[in-house]
Amino acid sequence: MKLTLHIWRQNGPNAKGRFVTYTHDKVNEHMSFLEMLDVLNQELIERGEEPVAFEHDCREGVCGMCGFVINGLPHGGRKGTTTCQLHMRHFSDGDELTLEPWRSAAFPVLRDLVVDRSSFDRIIQAGGFISVHTGAPPDASTLLVPKDDAELAMDYAECIGCGACVAACPNGAAMLFMSAKIAHLGMLPQGKIEADRRVRAMAEAMEKEAFGSCTNYTSCEAACPKEISISAIARMNADYRRAFLPGKPVGGGKLEKVKLLPAT
Amino acid sequence: MSESSSFYSSSVGKKILMAVTGMILFFFVLFHMAGNLQIFIGQVELDRYSRFLHSVPEILWLVRIAVIFSFLVHIIAAVQVWLQSRRARPIKYKVRANLATDVAARTMVWTGPIILLFVIYHLLHLTYGAIYPSLFEEGQVYHNLIASFQLWPIAIVYIIANLGLGFHLYHGLWSLTQTLGWTHPRFDSFRRVAAAVIGIGIAAANIAIPVSVLAGWVS
Ligand code: FES
Repeated sequence: MKLTLHIWRQNGPNAKGRFVTYTHDKVNEHMSFLEMLDVLNQELIERGEEPVAFEHDCREGVCGMCGFVINGLPHGGRKGTTTCQLHMRHFSDGDELTLEPWRSAAFPVLRDLVVDRSSFDRIIQAGGFISVHTGAPPDASTLLVPKDDAELAMDYAECIGCGACVAACPNGAAMLFMSAKIAHLGMLPQGKIEADRRVRAMAEAMEKEAFGSCTNYTSCEAACPKEISISAIARMNADYRRAFLPGKPVGGGKLEKVKLLPAT
Repeated sequence: MSESSSFYSSSVGKKILMAVTGMILFFFVLFHMAGNLQIFIGQVELDRYSRFLHSVPEILWLVRIAVIFSFLVHIIAAVQVWLQSRRARPIKYKVRANLATDVAARTMVWTGPIILLFVIYHLLHLTYGAIYPSLFEEGQVYHNLIASFQLWPIAIVYIIANLGLGFHLYHGLWSLTQTLGWTHPRFDSFRRVAAAVIGIGIAAANIAIPVSVLAGWVS
């Protein structure tokens, strides 16, 4: 099958980018999208041209490295699919595809389709963790977690930090990413302890980055390859509001004591 | 940084304030509509209701101040987050696809200013009688409504503004459940339906007034 690709080429963070058109006639329907680009790159290398830079690592939809916008849709827009898991059988012969990097002031383009997502890292560093004493794992029965909470927390924990939510959001907001972590940790007893401090610290860190503000377009949810629900955003909003309630320690507070259930 | 300014400094906080003030404005709109629907009962009832509202000026002004304050906070926060979001994508996509959003969500930035302009017009028209002074009689609510809605340009302004209000309410009401964190797997899908029903209901009820006058059903 043959494709026409309009790909964003940019030599470096400060270089001016432009679209370059390639005709690709060695596309096989069994290839993944990235394999299709591998073949194109091989050809470019043989012709002595610079290959198209794109990020990837696991190629099995779990690491969150891959991702760019295909015809306006992050990861190509197939439900629950990362670019590496997107197969060429979903396209047809003669298709014209425009490949663009995530467009966000908070994700500067490094080269071609590769963006710098360290703004996400900074949000996580601000509070996307739990403080625990390491050592031998505690007995599973010492801390009881209701089944439903555990399930939901794991749904939120699925976020791979790919950035598709920001890319899809007309506001360029990072709420789904941030709230997925807040909802994930906040649903579990280990994470509840620092919930107030966490939501405030992460919201503050997000504000320092060039993300936009949520207006509930719900595009993020539709674009998320892990199908994370916007209920995460609702939970984060509630957490944020609660973190400022009178009686809460100013500034979100420090650690409280862990309440352990008696071992049975 | 004080607690309140640190609350507001985050766009999360601004949105929560927009949700709370939006809810206050929604209740105002709801009562406003309910009161006005008395036009269908009759002149005596509507005018009596108007006198009742004005009977204790202190309470009237208390409500007005609350509404004006909510209105201002709502607008200021909206403009701030809008500007923030505009800066968030300096280079636009060449190929754009609308993912999952609906018209109501995407037109908030238009329906908002439409409502603001309309509120100014509406106050000039029916509170201060400045639009058509010859048709305006202080305190004669029923008469003022009938006299001016018989003119189609005025009726059209009200109809268009209320269409905008309907869209704004639909997205706004759904949005505020999200922003205030009212989520539960059991009623998550119901939130949109409820917002649509209320939004359409209020717009339709409001629009019924100029339409009925224009059609001559109420005179
Ligand atoms: S390469 Fe790891 S998710 Fe696509």
